[in-house]
Amino acid sequence: MADLSTNFVGITSPNPFWLASAPPTDKAYNVVRAFKAGWGGVVWKTLGEDGPPIVNVNGPRYGAVWGADRRLLGLNNIELITDRPLEVNLREIKQVKRDWPDRAMVVSLMVPCDEDSWRDILKRVEETEADGVELNFGCPHGMSERGMGSAVGQVPEYIEMVARWCKKHSRMPVIVKLTPNITDIRYPARAARAGGADAVSLINTISSITSVNLDSFSPEPMIDGKGTHGGYCGPAVKPIALNMVAEIARDPETYGLPISGIGGVTTWRDAAEFLALGAGNVQVCTAAMTYGFKVVQEMISGLSQYLDEKGMSLDELRGRAVPNVTDWQYLNLNHVTKARIDQDLCIKCGRCYAACEDTSHQAISMSPERVFEVIDAECVACNLCVNVCPVDECITMETLAPGMVDARTGRVVSPAHADWTTHPNNPMASAAE
Amino acid sequence: MSSTPPRPAPAGITAPGIVAGRLPAEALADNFTDVLPPLDRHEAIVAADRCYFCHDAPCVTACPTEIDIPLFIRQIATGTPEAAARTIFDQNILGGMCARVCPTEALCEGACVREMAEGKPVEIGRLQRFATDRLMAEGVHPYDRAAPTGRRVAVVGAGPAGLACAHRLAMKGHEVTLYDARPRPGGLNEYGIAAYKTPGDFAAEEVDWLLSIGGITLETGRALGGDLSLEGLREDFDAVFLGIGLGGVNALNAEGEDREGVQDAVAFIAELRQSADLSTLPVGRHVVVIGGGMTAVDAAVQSRLLGAEHVTIVYRRGRERMSASDHEIEHAQTAGVKIITDAMPVAVHGNGAVAEVEFAYTEDGPEGLRPRPETFRLHADQVFKAIGQRLEGAPGGLDLAGGKIAVTGAGRTSLPGIWAGGDCAAGGDDLTVTAVAQGRDAAEDIHTSLMTG
Ligand SMILES: Cc1cc2nc3c(=O)[nH]c(=O)nc-3n(C[C@H](O)[C@H](O)[C@H](O)COP(=O)(O)OP(=O)(O)OC[C@H]3O[C@@H](n4cnc5c(N)ncnc54)[C@H](O)[C@@H]3O)c2cc1C
Ligand SMILES: Cc1cc2nc3c(=O)[nH]c(=O)nc-3n(C[C@H](O)[C@H](O)[C@H](O)COP(=O)(O)O)c2cc1C
Ligand code: SF4
Repeated sequence: MADLSTNFVGITSPNPFWLASAPPTDKAYNVVRAFKAGWGGVVWKTLGEDGPPIVNVNGPRYGAVWGADRRLLGLNNIELITDRPLEVNLREIKQVKRDWPDRAMVVSLMVPCDEDSWRDILKRVEETEADGVELNFGCPHGMSERGMGSAVGQVPEYIEMVARWCKKHSRMPVIVKLTPNITDIRYPARAARAGGADAVSLINTISSITSVNLDSFSPEPMIDGKGTHGGYCGPAVKPIALNMVAEIARDPETYGLPISGIGGVTTWRDAAEFLALGAGNVQVCTAAMTYGFKVVQEMISGLSQYLDEKGMSLDELRGRAVPNVTDWQYLNLNHVTKARIDQDLCIKCGRCYAACEDTSHQAISMSPERVFEVIDAECVACNLCVNVCPVDECITMETLAPGMVDARTGRVVSPAHADWTTHPNNPMASAAE
Repeated sequence: MSSTPPRPAPAGITAPGIVAGRLPAEALADNFTDVLPPLDRHEAIVAADRCYFCHDAPCVTACPTEIDIPLFIRQIATGTPEAAARTIFDQNILGGMCARVCPTEALCEGACVREMAEGKPVEIGRLQRFATDRLMAEGVHPYDRAAPTGRRVAVVGAGPAGLACAHRLAMKGHEVTLYDARPRPGGLNEYGIAAYKTPGDFAAEEVDWLLSIGGITLETGRALGGDLSLEGLREDFDAVFLGIGLGGVNALNAEGEDREGVQDAVAFIAELRQSADLSTLPVGRHVVVIGGGMTAVDAAVQSRLLGAEHVTIVYRRGRERMSASDHEIEHAQTAGVKIITDAMPVAVHGNGAVAEVEFAYTEDGPEGLRPRPETFRLHADQVFKAIGQRLEGAPGGLDLAGGKIAVTGAGRTSLPGIWAGGDCAAGGDDLTVTAVAQGRDAAEDIHTSLMTG
């Protein structure tokens, strides 16, 4: 078994799987069950300032998008931060940390945007001996209407200011949780670093309406005939989260800033992908809410088997894909591929034919005997046939070796790299070296 | 599910008497291959995708060894069948055999929520086979032994109960000597289970793989009551586990029972399982099997598969009382076996060898089952008795319950230092998986008592 123990900004945990701040971490009962099941750490459900507790709606809080067989692909919620008294949460955090010293205990916070509020709450969290704090600048509904959550996360100056207060008033590591509801994730990440934050975590949920009720004409989830946008999460948001993590990992201004990867982590593979794109660990919410805490056991066994098979340590996996994330303009235009259909594997469904014929480049032929073949002279190698084929490995992309002729263009494949920056059609092109 | 019914080979099928070679070799080979072929990777992924990952899943509760089924299926679905196999073996070291022989329709798959919802359960047995085959094919044993404890345990009987017990004890660091009276280990896995459920030499390969954990010395041809005595074992070892199965066979109590051609079904199946060439194994043209359990079904179906023309199972009570599952009864009928219920044998007729069996119809009343005056006769040149096995050769001094060794807790017998499990012990169904669970649990209990006692 590979060693999965993790040190994230000085916070150690037996594995890189943490539960994200959300209902699964709202009280000691859940968190203790999670630790028993094997989770490496938790970010406690976001705490607000002392005073009358937050109220939630009393109708449905969630909307959902399903795939085949009602597999939950996306979840959206209109829940607010914890609605339990601050005192109770702090007491439980202290007790659980004491009982489970080897697990990571991070406390998520969201208080009004003034220095005193942050100083006060930090003092109280410090007394629990929690390992660190996460600043929730991400919640896109409810709290943002009150000037908190994503209302802060959308203004880099505020992020920097609050992060600085927190570093000033606390010795704990500070993780800034970013909202994806912005145009360029690098700006808030840079602001977090400028404010002295130890790390960023992302993504929080994406503003969304999951569906519209076509009888009552209101968004779902519907509360007394009305709906509001919620925050989207689950498997559907993973591609968005991966991109944002990669953007921060490769930005020269935030390069090396520790990242806690969040958004759609459902299996060990998802986690490994976040780690390869530079995340130091991952946080999970929807997968736990869908399947219960036991899913972590598959994540642990899968990740360690993968590392063993690769003969790689967790540290060696971390960031390994970052150097291969680049801009479109640097992609090699001399890399030519063609689709290949394995006739032995083909089940003759014809989906590739329909896709290419109707929506792409008419590059697949169909014989009366239902034999499907790629027409190299038409194939632009878009990959659509590969993606719609129901048989694993039946259609693959073959790379043409240098010296071969691309039947579509009639040109010999060159061994040299050539990209848009040097392309003759590019008015801004610099001369090829 | 269906097995290919025997191909007609007229010359052989209608030959009178008990003869070999009723079917051509390729028909025999066809008949005795996997009744359920293994899933390939893609089929496994599709089958695994149907699992809902139920909370506190009913399938786990229904499995006597309590394998974490949703977890292992999810591990298959996410491309890690080796991890899935480990999840299975953690609970059931004979998970490979159980995947093939468990009556899943009555166990895990019967409890699957999709069985309720659609009548189509997740194919747990076949998925279990997919995972365990994958790991076993790698040829490495997945478990290490704990540091040596210096304790020695004798395990008597190398069937599923004894094997599971020996493995768990070896894992805990104890030294185990595994005795079996037969020439080959495996118990009924090797000598009893229907050939088409475990083709090839899987039973023997699985035992080799299990023993490769080390720390288990196998001694075959050594029988308790023969050269071994319970007193001797108690003296030589720190603990003793008995997993000796049910060696005896019940009698018909019908006139003429000793005629030539009347045979014990279990012995016939053992001969079949050990036969290197099925075309040399004789079978009757008219076969009558008496009994209503798994053994009756297996003897009847395999007679058909060998080329017997007419095979009839006769059971003394109603069909709903047959201990063979609906699924097995259906399998027998698909294979062309006729089933007659509510009739009991009263006499075996013939001139030396059996020629006919006479049955009386029965009625179940307040005083129990009684023959009615009305009788009928079935033509028979071979008769298999499959009316239950019983404990035979249990060492004296042990309390019995219902004809089996009485146990409390995790297999503790009435004598200190002696545990028992599997078919020979009272309690639980007589199934491979139950034997594994009892052997494993007894090992845990032996370990606790050796380390704290
Ligand atoms: C024909 C038949 C078909 C079956 N099919 C199925 C099936 O499809 N699925 C299923 O789940 N179950 C099936 N069963 C039941 C299953 O095989 C048993 O429940 C299981 O094998 C019991 O395991 P065990 O270890 O208790 O005993 P056994 O498998 O009977 O093993 C006992 C071992 O002890 C040895 N032994 C006995 N006496 C002594 C002695 N005095 N000294 C030393 N060694 C001794 C024997 O040689 C044997 O190896 C079937 C049974 C039969 C008879
Ligand atoms: C019901 C619900 C409540 C949430 N509450 C919080 C919260 O209080 N604080 C917070 O930082 N994030 C909150 N989140 C966001 C999650 O922590 C996480 O960032 C998001 O769900 C993406 O991860 P996932 O795809 O694994 O679910 C909540 C999410 C859900 C579904
Ligand atoms: S999960 Fe169902 S039962 Fe539980 S609080 Fe929500 S609506 Fe109620």
